[in-house]
Amino acid sequence: MMNIDEIQVAEETLNSAVPKGPIHEKWDQHRFEMKLVSPANRRKFTIIVVGSGLAGASAAASLGEMGYNVHCFFYQDSARRAHSVAAQGGINAAKNYRNDGDSIFRLFYDTVKGGDYRSREANVYRLAQVSNAIIDQCVAQGVPFAREYGGLLANRSFGGAQVSRTFYARGQTGQQLLLGAYQALQRQAHAGTVKLYPRTEMLDLIIINGRAQGIVTRNMVTGELKTYLGDAVVLATGGYGNAYFLSTNAKGSNATAIWRAYKRGAYFANPCFVQIHPTCIPPSGEHQSKLTLMSESLRNDGRIWVPRRAGDTRPPNEIPEEERYYYLEEKYPSFGNLVPRDVASRNAKAVVDAGHGVGELRNGVYLDFKDAIQRLGKEVIKDRYGNLFDMYTSITGEDPYETPMRIYPAVHYTMGGLWVDYNLMSNIPGLFVIGEANFSDHGANRLGASALMQGLADGYFILPYTLANYLAQAGPGDAEMSHSAVKDAQLFVQDKIDKLLSVNGKRSVLHFHRELGKVLWDFVGMARNDEGLRHALKRIPEIRAEFWEDVRVPGSAADLNQSLELAGRVADFLELGELLALDALYRTESCGAHFREESQTEEGEALRDDENFSFVSAWEFTGDDQTPRLHKEPLVFEYVKLSQRSYK
Amino acid sequence: MKLHLKIWRQKNAQDPGGFVDYDLDGVSPDSSFLEMLDLLNEELIAKGQEPVAFDHDCREGICGMCSLMINGVPHGQDREPIKQITACQLHMRHFRDGETVVIEPWRARAFPVIKDLIVDRSAFDRIIQAGGYISVSTGSAPEANAIPIGKKDADKAMDAAACIGCGACVAACPNASAMLFVGAKVAQLSYLPQGQIERYDRVVNMVNAMDAEGFGGCTNTGECEAACPKEISLDFIARMNSELIKANLKGGR
Amino acid sequence: MVGVMSFPRTTIGKKVIMAVTGLIWIGFVAGHMFGNLKMYLGAEHFNAYAEGLRTFGEPFLAYGQALWLVRIIIILAVVLHIWAAVTLKMRNLQARPVRYSKHRKLHADAASLSMIYGGVAILLFVLYHLAHFTWGLSAVHPDFRPTDPYHNVIVGFQNRLATGIYLIGLVALALHLYHGTWSMFQTVGLNNKSYDKLLRGLAWLVAIIIPLGFVTVPLGVILGILS
Repeated sequence: MMNIDEIQVAEETLNSAVPKGPIHEKWDQHRFEMKLVSPANRRKFTIIVVGSGLAGASAAASLGEMGYNVHCFFYQDSARRAHSVAAQGGINAAKNYRNDGDSIFRLFYDTVKGGDYRSREANVYRLAQVSNAIIDQCVAQGVPFAREYGGLLANRSFGGAQVSRTFYARGQTGQQLLLGAYQALQRQAHAGTVKLYPRTEMLDLIIINGRAQGIVTRNMVTGELKTYLGDAVVLATGGYGNAYFLSTNAKGSNATAIWRAYKRGAYFANPCFVQIHPTCIPPSGEHQSKLTLMSESLRNDGRIWVPRRAGDTRPPNEIPEEERYYYLEEKYPSFGNLVPRDVASRNAKAVVDAGHGVGELRNGVYLDFKDAIQRLGKEVIKDRYGNLFDMYTSITGEDPYETPMRIYPAVHYTMGGLWVDYNLMSNIPGLFVIGEANFSDHGANRLGASALMQGLADGYFILPYTLANYLAQAGPGDAEMSHSAVKDAQLFVQDKIDKLLSVNGKRSVLHFHRELGKVLWDFVGMARNDEGLRHALKRIPEIRAEFWEDVRVPGSAADLNQSLELAGRVADFLELGELLALDALYRTESCGAHFREESQTEEGEALRDDENFSFVSAWEFTGDDQTPRLHKEPLVFEYVKLSQRSYK
Repeated sequence: MKLHLKIWRQKNAQDPGGFVDYDLDGVSPDSSFLEMLDLLNEELIAKGQEPVAFDHDCREGICGMCSLMINGVPHGQDREPIKQITACQLHMRHFRDGETVVIEPWRARAFPVIKDLIVDRSAFDRIIQAGGYISVSTGSAPEANAIPIGKKDADKAMDAAACIGCGACVAACPNASAMLFVGAKVAQLSYLPQGQIERYDRVVNMVNAMDAEGFGGCTNTGECEAACPKEISLDFIARMNSELIKANLKGGR
Repeated sequence: MVGVMSFPRTTIGKKVIMAVTGLIWIGFVAGHMFGNLKMYLGAEHFNAYAEGLRTFGEPFLAYGQALWLVRIIIILAVVLHIWAAVTLKMRNLQARPVRYSKHRKLHADAASLSMIYGGVAILLFVLYHLAHFTWGLSAVHPDFRPTDPYHNVIVGFQNRLATGIYLIGLVALALHLYHGTWSMFQTVGLNNKSYDKLLRGLAWLVAIIIPLGFVTVPLGVILGILS
């Protein structure tokens, strides 16, 4: 069990390896200084990439094009299904096509500010720098971005920005970008530079002589455990939002790869930074298996309200205007319904907790289009949101043209992840982490349309350079199948599978996952406090213990066994959840998505404590059921002025 | 509500498989079709039986992983008043209490069953590998606005690109043909100026790859379009046909 | 590999062959139907027309050459059409070795689903038709006179069974023409949603006018208009 009072803080701060020089020259200078691998030598290096989403596919394809020998692993049946596919809104870039004052510096500034000053300046600046090349690359691949009548690219504006810098492909931008990267990956598979391993999951990391040099995998069709060795390992396995059980993540999204890396020594950074999206469809009962996001754009025309009287169960159309509580409009007269994601989410929670919730389960708030339909006409609304309204109707059976939508926040994205330096390498040499899986450039809160940008920036334009730099210096790996670390990892994996299958208890994996999710959501969710977090820290190890005593995993290991796959993932979430709670308890300030009730302004806004918490928390595993050691990476802001957000 | 389920169970690719009947009670009309299967699996696990294996992932209709033939219709399309949904978005309120529901996997030689309701759709990946891309290595792209594309062409390309690769077209086709899937990708890239250079080789290579996988031919019945959760149009098959004819008339350029 | 020889081996290539040969046959049956209507102009006219088919192109062509040229083309076309249809059908059957226990159609019409069966029916009908009016086999035609086609038609259709066979054959032809005509445009890539209604309309027209033209002759005989 982890104990807040036993946390040891490492004396030495983490070295982020940020190059010297002015911020706009750092990346160029670093690119020149980095070592190269000559084209003839590249095929001698084997690189293991785990994950085939935007980050993984773009990295694997780019490395394959360069001539490396790449192996790409993913749990889905095709690389095209990775959950990047579900991103709707768009991708940011500082092209300034609209001539509205955008620039690399402004994109950088907005992203740091949006992240509530908990990200690393140099990384974010580089992200903004390469953003333009991403758009060029994707267009060349045939990604059908929206266009103006003149044939040039269209843009729209997105939350947290005053410029139009978001490129989009209808409501399916993530899908289209992923297909671009997927096609590039298939091209390399055809060329023989990349070998694909579908329906294969990574279950452990192999470290030999201090270098990450391989992984242990399970073939999800045959159950075969197999070890792959390489000169470097790249994790692009996404976030850990599914720890909460209900989230907008895909059902298969899991944290096993990064969690295993953590337990092999990689530091886990800022686990408590979890973004909760305000406009999702609320759960409709116990059966609920995931939550569906409704685009944030709905808040442009919809008005959010709840009955003014708590416990009012009248249907919405019977509640007269004066008995409706438009809480966002009343509390934030200037931003109204358009306050940022975290503010909107917290306020929804507050009114629902106070008994104003709507719907059969009293677990949502209304998003009402009545006024917009009166003002603009049904046709205009249909044109703008028709698809979303249809999706809502198909899920809830209610017609949002007639009755207000019900929405509620849901876990959506995790800003935390494995700690990486400027080169996207973890503290374990040879272990690179990209995309949502790393602790990322988003600080304590991610802006809309920035996740796609980061995933592709890492995979297309950053990792190919920094990985070469590593390989050129470290040289070929020296891993042998006979090495004891290989045997050790294989044994560990086999042992865990055997254990899961042999408990033979009474309750299903799903039961424990729900249980964990409820604790995390209630106590480590949108608003957190000392008491709740301490309760979570006590409760999660209890659930974990019950899991290992009473879980029932049917079937065998030598076969396709979805219960076994889930059991392994939930076992890891049961450990990760505890670290998440510990990190949240340790960080007594509020920042971005992390809201500590003890730390708020008089207006109820998140109150940062820059003096004491302007650092990245990177946790080091010290043993099962032990309190991890804390490493700090101080955050220094030379170019962005720290300020307190206000949306009144 | 209560349901009577007839579900295809098959241990592995070699097993001949067969239908097994299940009675399921306590299904919420608000649950999705896959959540109904979750409930069944929970009950099977509690009884010490092996749960039904089925593919699923995003559960919001975009990843294309779910693949169920529900009462003879891919994704149970015909149920929802709003068409164009995947099985994960189908909700139980569209079923009658006490109804018998037959659930089968996609059936095609090119989509062999792996287990129960899970099929192997890697044939689609291999078709894309044969040419479903524009050969542009990272870093060599020109400035994005250097290539203007008419809005009409861009929109058509987007219509074709919306395919989620679920395979409902193959499942629905009386001939298990993959023409809609292949046509969508060929058409998307053929509308775009970036796709012109490899245009003719692409269609020839992709069609040959499609045929090599053992998919059937097109008899223009229109079943694929009707079953497609993303409304991919038959027009793209016509487009692919004309691309292939042109490629052959040009003798490979 | 791109090449003229690989094209017919692709599923799409075979379909294009079916479209082109189908078009040849649409042309043929339309011409045939038009010729048949000359029955209404009387025996002399009709017999002269039949003879004219053989003397067409003289003196450049010898007697019967033009007719044989057309026959060779349509025979080649039908052989290719059948070859493509059969190989595709075999492929299609193999493409789904395990059938569904339940398979509901969402869109497909009877015409599109019955093409191969309709095709077989039409083939059998054509053979019967050749035996009936071209070869004049005594088993199918009671009183065949090689130089008097008008007589052959009148006598041939006075048999109710023969007329029934023709009606069935024409229904099969109508269905085949309806789907085939529309399908032809789709297969060679000349269809899209903006022409779709137009092409469907054209297909209806072809599928109605040609069989309707044909059917007037046997009906005319039965009703006594032709004698």
